[in-house]
Amino acid sequence: MGRDRPRLTTAVAVVPVVFLAVFFAYPVATVLWRGLGDDGLEPVRSVLGSGRTRDAIRFTVWQAALSTVLTLAVALPGAAAVAHASARTRRRLRAAVTIPFVLPTILVAGAFTELFTRFGLDDGPVRLRHTVWAILLAHVFFNYAVVVRTVGSYWAGLDGRLEEQARVLGAGRLRTFVEVTLPRLRPAVAAAAAIVFLFSFTSFGIVLVLGGPGRATIETEIYRYAVVRTDFGSAAALAAVQLVAVLALVALTTALERRRPVPEHGPRRSTLARSSAGRAANGLFVTTLLVLPIAVVVERSLSVGDHHGLDHYRALGTRLTMLPAPATTALRNSLAYATIATVIAVSIGTLAALVVVHGRRTLRHVVDLGLTLPLGTSAVTIGFGVLIALDEPPLDLRSSRWIVPVVHSLVGIPFVVRTMVPVLRRIDPALREAAAVLGASPARVRREIDLPIAGRGLLVGASFAFAVSMGEFGATAFVPRSADTLTAPQALFRMLSTPGELVRGQAMALAVVLMAVVGAAVFAIESARGTDEGTF
Amino acid sequence: MWEVRNARVAFGATRALDDVSLSVGPGEIVVVLGPSGCGKSTLLRVLAGLQPLDAGSIHIDDVDVTARPPHQRSIGLMFQDPTLFPHRDVAGNVGFGLRIAGLARAERESRVSELLALVGLPGFGARAIDTLSGGEAQRVALARSLAPAPRLLLLDEPLAALDRALRDRLAVDIPAVLRATGTAAVHVTHDHDEAFAIADRIAVMTAGRLLRVDDPVTLFADPRTEEVARFLGHTNIVTGLDVDGSDARAAEARHVIRRDAATVDPRGDLEAIVVESRFRGDHHDVVVDTDRGTLRFRLTTPVTPGATIRLAIDAGRVARLDR
Repeated sequence: MGRDRPRLTTAVAVVPVVFLAVFFAYPVATVLWRGLGDDGLEPVRSVLGSGRTRDAIRFTVWQAALSTVLTLAVALPGAAAVAHASARTRRRLRAAVTIPFVLPTILVAGAFTELFTRFGLDDGPVRLRHTVWAILLAHVFFNYAVVVRTVGSYWAGLDGRLEEQARVLGAGRLRTFVEVTLPRLRPAVAAAAAIVFLFSFTSFGIVLVLGGPGRATIETEIYRYAVVRTDFGSAAALAAVQLVAVLALVALTTALERRRPVPEHGPRRSTLARSSAGRAANGLFVTTLLVLPIAVVVERSLSVGDHHGLDHYRALGTRLTMLPAPATTALRNSLAYATIATVIAVSIGTLAALVVVHGRRTLRHVVDLGLTLPLGTSAVTIGFGVLIALDEPPLDLRSSRWIVPVVHSLVGIPFVVRTMVPVLRRIDPALREAAAVLGASPARVRREIDLPIAGRGLLVGASFAFAVSMGEFGATAFVPRSADTLTAPQALFRMLSTPGELVRGQAMALAVVLMAVVGAAVFAIESARGTDEGTF
Repeated sequence: MWEVRNARVAFGATRALDDVSLSVGPGEIVVVLGPSGCGKSTLLRVLAGLQPLDAGSIHIDDVDVTARPPHQRSIGLMFQDPTLFPHRDVAGNVGFGLRIAGLARAERESRVSELLALVGLPGFGARAIDTLSGGEAQRVALARSLAPAPRLLLLDEPLAALDRALRDRLAVDIPAVLRATGTAAVHVTHDHDEAFAIADRIAVMTAGRLLRVDDPVTLFADPRTEEVARFLGHTNIVTGLDVDGSDARAAEARHVIRRDAATVDPRGDLEAIVVESRFRGDHHDVVVDTDRGTLRFRLTTPVTPGATIRLAIDAGRVARLDR
């Protein structure tokens, strides 16, 4: 064939394309249709006309921008620490910062609420509860890993001698960073910033819990219109507005990620002394930011009245009045759903990754973009779309238990693809050629060369998909609640919304169990990750 | 006058610098010659302030600058790769140090074009870095290092990555530029020919220690130890040679014989069987077997492999080695 990549038959693309078309494109298109459909732009105009919506849009953009700036400011020193660490330390640091990223958002929100209560910040002179600062703090906590991982890996690949050159030419530490390091980091910083902005823009659980009743974003407004007020028209119109904004953002992100960096002479670490006081301060600050909320949750889950014990954990087996089933059932549901969602996400995601890497040009681009969209599309929109689109035979998911794992797999697929694609791309074409010359057919080459090498990427993607499903909250918020469909994050949300010392303690116990499950997934991610594949 | 006094640097159990002392006078070019991993790059990094010392000190004109950070030392640094700033054009790279020093734009521009002319790249200012060839990039790096008029230029095998023709040209051009600007330099290499072409003085280094520091002619003529002799490219090291028949302890003595020391002479003292002979234009590279072992010479007379010949050795091109 004379090409370095064996062509795939188009048939392989059918499965992921059909899956995405039915479970993502069709529901989302339905949302758009309802929002912009028969009455033209009227529903959009009317929903945009309301002062409340305009406030929500303004607040959404504003808090997302501020979250991005703050996260960059806090996380860039962390990225530097990762970049300059030895390979072993780098892996540990990356694992540590990834835990907050995969924690369920509702759990993060609960942890910060608890943190504020604990340190008297929920009322009084310094009030953080139900303020924008609470949202910003939680967003920084959550997105810290995005910047550290994306920028840190990129930074580690830069040639440290350029900084040495700048120092020798008379530039001080700060000037060297600003003039020599930062410009070369720009592609990675821009990509990370775009993703953080996107995540903050569509953030749901955190805003819902920490923002309090007065503070609404587009995402929480969609939820309010659809679920609380059952005004589907307005919800669809608002979802359409958000979708357009997200599309623009995703296009921008993809463009930024596609920009190739100027080649340098490869990684080289420098013995150049770094400010040890600065590093110590950074370490302390980050440890406080990342560890304190988690520590507070663990402590609260163990405190019963005036002593410590496991009572809250034991109580998880008993049904609380606001829940259709005991928390343990919710946990069992979540584990089962996450397992199914992971299987779906890995199967579909692997096929899609193969298409992205080996497929025909046009197909490749279509699938690539089609897969980035679910990552950027708000979970609430997906859940809402499935709810209003797939509600009658032949595909009535609304009353089926399958709705949860299918929706979760949609959120997980982009993670699988994004970890698999770099791994598949990195497979040396010479290996394939060697196998082909030795008589292996293209299919055999894929089985014997690509799959074994891609195995690690597969495990990483699977762990991400699992963790994401375990913590998914936005899309599942639309699923009618029953003992069968109750997930752990949902149970947690209901428990957090109910006042009372006992319920709070049990909520924290559930949070700890959830954290343990997700933490195990992260551990799997990092021990499978030999190199720096995947960028978030 | 730059001085390194009793410098020590260790990486774990490895001693990269083991009690090294070296001075560089104004405008002087000192070449540090040694095998890879001998600590010569560490010596440069120590001078630049990029590598902290475990012990010892660095002085400029008797002022202790050991604790002074790199950006306050007034030095230039060149690596094997050009390490140009990819986000700036040629002029932006060459003018970087000048901008940091706070030079006005007009002054900066004239200095940049002056330096580009000096390294043989006039008019290259607006070129992007990735359009340069390897040799051009290395010249730009040289111009960038020299632009702020550093007191000392440190060159870490700057020619190693270039092809032979370019290397030979830059080996002439770099010292010419250094002398034209009166810049003192420490140049690190493992190539003795490069060292001879460039050095005012050569420091021979191995395993973190300086073995000898001397001018190239003296060093080559009288290497004193076998180790130094081998670094300088000598291959003929023999035992028990009585060069002029007057050495009472000749039997134990060791000598180094330069390759140009032998001539074919029927009355010569050394009987040799020709093993190999290669024509090199103005001479023949010849390998011979003698009772002192296998030796290599440059002869002007053609000889036939397999023939037995007699060679006369010029005593002035033989040096006795210390025991």
